[in-house]
Parts: sequence; C-alpha cells; structure tokens
Amino acid sequence: MTTWFPVLVTFVFAAVVVGVMVSINSILGPKRPSAIKSEAFECGNPSSGGAWGRFSVRFYLTALLFLIFDVDLVFLYPWAVEIRKLGMFGFVEAVVFIAILAVGLIYAWERGALDWD
Amino acid sequence: MRTLVQTLLASGFFGRNTPYDLVAAIAVFVLSAAVFLGVAFPFAGIVSWVERRVWARIQSRVGPNRVGPNGFLQWLADGVKHVCKEDIVPTDADPVLFKMAPYLVVLAFVLPWAVMPFSSALILADLNVGILYMTAVTAITVVGVLMAGWASNDKWSLIGGIRSAAQIVSYEIPAGLSIFPVVLMTGTLSMQGIIRAQGWAPQHWFLFANPFTFVAANILFISALAEGNRTPFDLPEAESELVAGFATEYSGMRYLFFFMAEWGNLFIIGAIIATLFLGGWQFPRVSNNPVVMNVLELITFNVKVLFLVFVSMWVRGTLPRVRIDQLMTLCWKYFVPIAFANMIGTAIWVAIWPEGNPVAGYIMFAAGIVVAIVFIRRVVFYAKRSQMELYYYPTI
Repeated sequence: MTTWFPVLVTFVFAAVVVGVMVSINSILGPKRPSAIKSEAFECGNPSSGGAWGRFSVRFYLTALLFLIFDVDLVFLYPWAVEIRKLGMFGFVEAVVFIAILAVGLIYAWERGALDWD
Repeated sequence: MRTLVQTLLASGFFGRNTPYDLVAAIAVFVLSAAVFLGVAFPFAGIVSWVERRVWARIQSRVGPNRVGPNGFLQWLADGVKHVCKEDIVPTDADPVLFKMAPYLVVLAFVLPWAVMPFSSALILADLNVGILYMTAVTAITVVGVLMAGWASNDKWSLIGGIRSAAQIVSYEIPAGLSIFPVVLMTGTLSMQGIIRAQGWAPQHWFLFANPFTFVAANILFISALAEGNRTPFDLPEAESELVAGFATEYSGMRYLFFFMAEWGNLFIIGAIIATLFLGGWQFPRVSNNPVVMNVLELITFNVKVLFLVFVSMWVRGTLPRVRIDQLMTLCWKYFVPIAFANMIGTAIWVAIWPEGNPVAGYIMFAAGIVVAIVFIRRVVFYAKRSQMELYYYPTI
C-alpha cells in the first residue's frame, strides 16, 4: 500500500494542475462567443455535416491485431521474470506460445491485413 | 524513500512520537510537488525552447532569441499567451469528452514520473512492476487522443485522432517486445532493480550485453519516437495535411496541454532507454557520502536522458515525414518479427550464459565505438561538403 501511495498522489496532482490551469484560462481569457467561431473548422467553408460517420476499416483491423498481440505480451511478462526458475520446460512452452503467435502474424500477413493500400 | 523518512524521524525534526505514516505521507507530497512543479512541467516548457533553437541551428536560422537571455523565457511567454486566450468549445462537440481529453493526456505524461529513477535514493515509488507500469500508463495517451479526435466532431480531428491511435497501438507491440530482453536478463521489472543489474562502465550496460539487446534498444527508441508522435512519425498532426490533427478544435490552455505532454514525453522516452539499456544513474563509487553519490548519480542520469532528448530533436530536424503505409509496414512487417526473434534469441543467450557473457560486452562496446567513429566521420564529411557548396552556390 505505501509503495503505491505516490501513484495515487500523482493522479490527484494531475487533476489539480489541469483544473487550476484551465480555470485560470477561463477567468483571464476573453469571452466573445459567436456562431461562426464555435462551428467545426473546415477551412472556412460551411461544414458538410458532422464527423461522426464511417471511417476506414483498416483502423479496426489494426486495433484487432493490437489487441491480440498486446494481451499475449502481458502473458509473457511473468515468464520473462521467472525464466531462470522455469528452466528448459518453461522455455519450450514459451517458444510454442510464440510460435502460435507467429502463425497468427503470418496468417494476417498472407490475408493482407498488414497492407495499407 | 523509506530510509529518507527514517532519517527524518531520527533527527527529531517533527517532534517525538510522530506516526511513521504521517511523515511518509508528507514526504511523498513534498517530493512529488518538487518533481512535478520543479522538473516535469518546466522541463516540458524549456525543451520546447531548446528544440526550436536546435532546429534553427540545423536549418541555418537563428530561432527565438528575443524574450530573456537568448530567448530563454520564450516558453513562459508562450504559456502566458495561451492562458490569456479564449477557451472555445464547438457547438457540435461532445462537451464532456472534449474537456476530459486534455486531462487524460496530461495524466499519461504525469504518472510515469512516479517511477522515474533519478538516483539510487531519489525515486517516488520503486514499484516491483516499474517498467510494466511505465508502459501501461504511457499508453493512456491513446485514450486521450482518440477522445479528443472523436469529441471535436470535426473531420480533421477525427482523422488525426484515429491515425494517432492506430500508430500508437501498433508501435506499442515492438516497444513492449523490446523490453523483454532486459527483463529476461535481470529477472525483475523494478526500475531500480534493472539499473542495479548494470554497471557504470559502458561494457556493462545492457546496450552492449549481447547483439539482441543492441537491436532491441534501437527498435525501442524508434518505436518510442513513433508513440510520442515525433517526426518522422508525426502523421497525427501533419500540419500540411490535417491542419493540427486531433488538436484542431482546441484553443488556449487545453491546446497547450497536448503539446506540453508531447514535449514532456521526450524526457520519459529518454528515461526509459537510459534505464533499460544505458545503465541509468550508475556512477563509480568515488565517495562514501550518500548525498554526494546521489548528486553525482542524478547528474549522470540527466546527462544520459538529455543526450537522448537531443538525438530525438536532431532526428526531427533531419528526416522528412513518412507515409502512413510506410509507417505500418515498418511496424508490422519489420519491427514485430525482428522483436520476436530478439526475444527468443535473448532467451537462448540467457540459457547458455545465465550470468551474462563478459567478453561479449567488450566486443559489442568496441564494435559500437567503431560504428560511432564511422558515423561521426560521415557527418563531418557532409558538413564540410555542404559548407563548400554554400560557398560556391550561395543562392541554392
């Protein structure tokens, strides 16, 4: 608990700093709102509708790939810390695990998930 | 931290019978306030001025030199100007998410300082999962940036936000994989533990421990630049294409927070590399006085970090921006397979030499010196040649 206390303090500290600075800004800054000023910026033209629509599916693919690999990375951390105690058995198991991941990467590569064009 | 509190209690400064937890809490508050107000935020400001001066030098310009001596107070002037600007929230935007995004970005910049190993005693929290915590909290940036891009309800912001998210999460994989060689060799995730496993001499650094760690250090540095949205990977805020990317709709202090976090993250990138591969604060034991030793270690750590910060400025001033398909190809088709191979290679190395191979350190260090000499000779050669061309064709 005592080792994690500074982390809690940093959370609070970030909130205080951001809150104070933003409120100073809203006190000191001018307040002259207008319809054109608070419109979404589109190079000066009237906006052609909002941005909450569809976007490229590639971003979803990237996010999916990231999810798979990142979860697996988290699984590998305990193995990396304890490799000396686990010995040959742990090493072979980790290699098998990484080989399965590599097969997944090759599959994604073959199916073109890694090509951006 | 604990030793500091015990010395404070023993000195009787707080009177008798003060509870240990109270003194510890006060010490944590004072230290964290000193770290943030005295180091983190001023660093983010000052580095913006230093960076502009360095680029100016690289591009044969002068750079900001009006406010204060050599323009040193430029960052304060910029800050004051941003504070005095109107705080605009677009009518179409989602106001709650729009206002929360800068907080998350600042949080991702502030939280890593809790485990920053400045010296053997100066660390706020020596967590036993230090480096994992570091990678976890720096990734909060993705949430903030994506939130900013989505909440603005602006096409530039949306494209900038999702590009940034795709880039950061992609480079998270090679960066995470490049930490493994060091963890495999030390068997610990604690920042201080990793530094203590290295020595002060370059041949005892993990950078030169074996060929795999050397490759891992380079991959980690490039990935960290990509995660920090730095040139040559600054696609999310590509000014020539996307106005200001995810920050297009922001103004005043909220806008400044995004860029403060970006500049402040340079120190964090440098600190991660210095801790994992460059021996952190390790300094030869020249004195038995803990205060003297800690000051020397603090200076050593900062010199290493600031050198890496300078390298990233140099890269930004030299290289052009890459395209997004090149960016993704570099990450998924080169860095991820190489980083996986690295990890298995290091595991085999650890299996063969559990205590490390001292000869490899010397060989790698010698090879590193040769590479550095060749690089410096190339730089000097081209610098001289460009001067000559400038002399003959001054109007190019």
